[in-house]
Amino acid sequence: MTAPTPAGTERDSLTQSSISTGRRVRNSVATVAIVLTVLIAAFPLVLLMIYVIRKGGSTVGLKFLTKPIPPPIRKGPGMGPAVVGTLVITFWATVLAVPLGILGAVYITEYGAGNRLSRLVRFMSDVMAGVPSVVMGLFIFTAFTIKTHKLIGLGGSLALACLMLPIVIRATESMLTLVPRELREASYALGTSKSRTVLTVVIPAALPGITSGCLLAVARAAGETAPLLFTIGTLQLHANWNAFKGSNTTLSFQIFANAQQPFVGAINRAWGAALTLIVLVLVLTVAARIIASRLSVKAA
Amino acid sequence: MTTTAIRPETPPPPAPPEPSLSGRHAHLADNTFRVVTLMCGGLVLAVLALIAIFTTNKAFPAFRSEGLSFVTSRNWNPTATHPHFGGLAFIYGTVGISLIALVLAIPVSLGMALFLTEVAPRRLRLPVVYLIDLLAAVPSVVFGLWGLLALSGPLSRFYVHVDNVFSGIPLLDRIFKGSANKSFFTAGLIVAMMITPIITSLTREVFATVPSAQKEGTLALGATRWEMMRSAILGYGRSGVVGAVMLGLGRAMGETIAVALVIGSIPSITLSLFHPGDAMAAVIANQFGESSGTFQAALIGLGVVLFAITVVINIIARSFVSRTEKAMGSA
Repeated sequence: MTAPTPAGTERDSLTQSSISTGRRVRNSVATVAIVLTVLIAAFPLVLLMIYVIRKGGSTVGLKFLTKPIPPPIRKGPGMGPAVVGTLVITFWATVLAVPLGILGAVYITEYGAGNRLSRLVRFMSDVMAGVPSVVMGLFIFTAFTIKTHKLIGLGGSLALACLMLPIVIRATESMLTLVPRELREASYALGTSKSRTVLTVVIPAALPGITSGCLLAVARAAGETAPLLFTIGTLQLHANWNAFKGSNTTLSFQIFANAQQPFVGAINRAWGAALTLIVLVLVLTVAARIIASRLSVKAA
Repeated sequence: MTTTAIRPETPPPPAPPEPSLSGRHAHLADNTFRVVTLMCGGLVLAVLALIAIFTTNKAFPAFRSEGLSFVTSRNWNPTATHPHFGGLAFIYGTVGISLIALVLAIPVSLGMALFLTEVAPRRLRLPVVYLIDLLAAVPSVVFGLWGLLALSGPLSRFYVHVDNVFSGIPLLDRIFKGSANKSFFTAGLIVAMMITPIITSLTREVFATVPSAQKEGTLALGATRWEMMRSAILGYGRSGVVGAVMLGLGRAMGETIAVALVIGSIPSITLSLFHPGDAMAAVIANQFGESSGTFQAALIGLGVVLFAITVVINIIARSFVSRTEKAMGSA
């Protein structure tokens, strides 16, 4: 190290004397270890992706996505009912969870505004986000499936909605708190009532962020299996677009069932379903990212 | 942030004051809306309470017939003429898998969080954030499928080597024993991959809030970057890290489908990492379809135990995290 000025020389000699070789080595080792952790995390993900794309890629096609599911022992494509089921069940879960979640968040930020109940709701929605999905499935089984004696898509939607609700609430809440106060005050100054201010000013202002959070919740729900095991029954042959009548099936459910089969045909279909599901979830996640980053670019 | 910052292209049209809608009418609409939002907020509390009530109610036959031995006995025999439902082996499995997962996930998560906040050059940050997102996005059942069909075979061959290396050394030869492809360790490894994203993103948030005065002060005192990270960041954010790890623990305990596929479904209490076992969520997923009567009640009962444990863990974890947020906010 050559320092041009005497002051620089002084500083360099100071650092060299104060940092011993041991500390220098420890610093380098720690830096390398930290970089290594990223590679360690990336390694299984890359392996998994390669595996799913290679195994599933040869199975997935238009026939695979539309045809009925053959019996496990038979080879050949067919995952149509599961594709339909995933869409239908996730759709109804979204219809249930998103409005309720957004309104719940409105209560926390706009009406409760820091009082004891709103803080409790906020805290408990965090806690609810940590409740295992299998417990949500058991809840809907005991509260809905047993009472109605019906194994229908809606049961799965209800369980997924329970799962999505806290995610939607927390995402919306954090976006609503970002909406500047001046915006609300400007609206009030024009004589607008509070409810109209919330619906026509506050929520539209936070809409990109809310949309992004909701998409992530949908992605999470679409990939879930455990809440559906007890609630939607089993279906192989014909796609069921009706969530309110007849049993249903989903991609995740089919992966779980087929993975444990000893037959090549079933296992291949499991890989195909896995690829389809990953693509679906990734599209939702990337869409959420894009919407969120658009927002942050404009905010900057 | 300015008004136009959030959504410049559509300036929210402030509703003009309508003289016709004055007084009671507007007031009524306003109140109705307030009550609706209050009910939606209250829904969270209601659902949590209903989960506890409905599941406990349906699990009651099992609780009554077993009593305390539901959680203290390891005698699980649902198909015998006098069936027994001692769930200890499942609780042991859940805790064991979660601990394995935490031991594997904590160093990786903390390392990635430090990488993102301190070490990484700016242009490397986004790809790593995407990596974490991607890892979080992969559904549990896909992890399970991959773990079962692709990972478990090579892993069991690796277990054989480890078993050989440690054979003869007291205690260690018991821990590193067995070579089952579906085992506690296989499940723990898969769960570790699944909880790494959540621990990473939470600790990263905590690290990002460490005041730069704290970091610069440490560096000014002559600390190396690693010493700064250790004392300023890990020291300052300690309770936030504890909270994040506990949230990861809660997630790990509730992991169902992936564990159900790679745990082996043999309820066992053993120190051996490479032995098959079973876990609470996994046994519910695997056996609920064939269950009825008290057997079904017992499975729901395991769900109740799991619910109670995860709620308690989450409450503790969230209070740790919010305490850090408060401390950071006032700093």
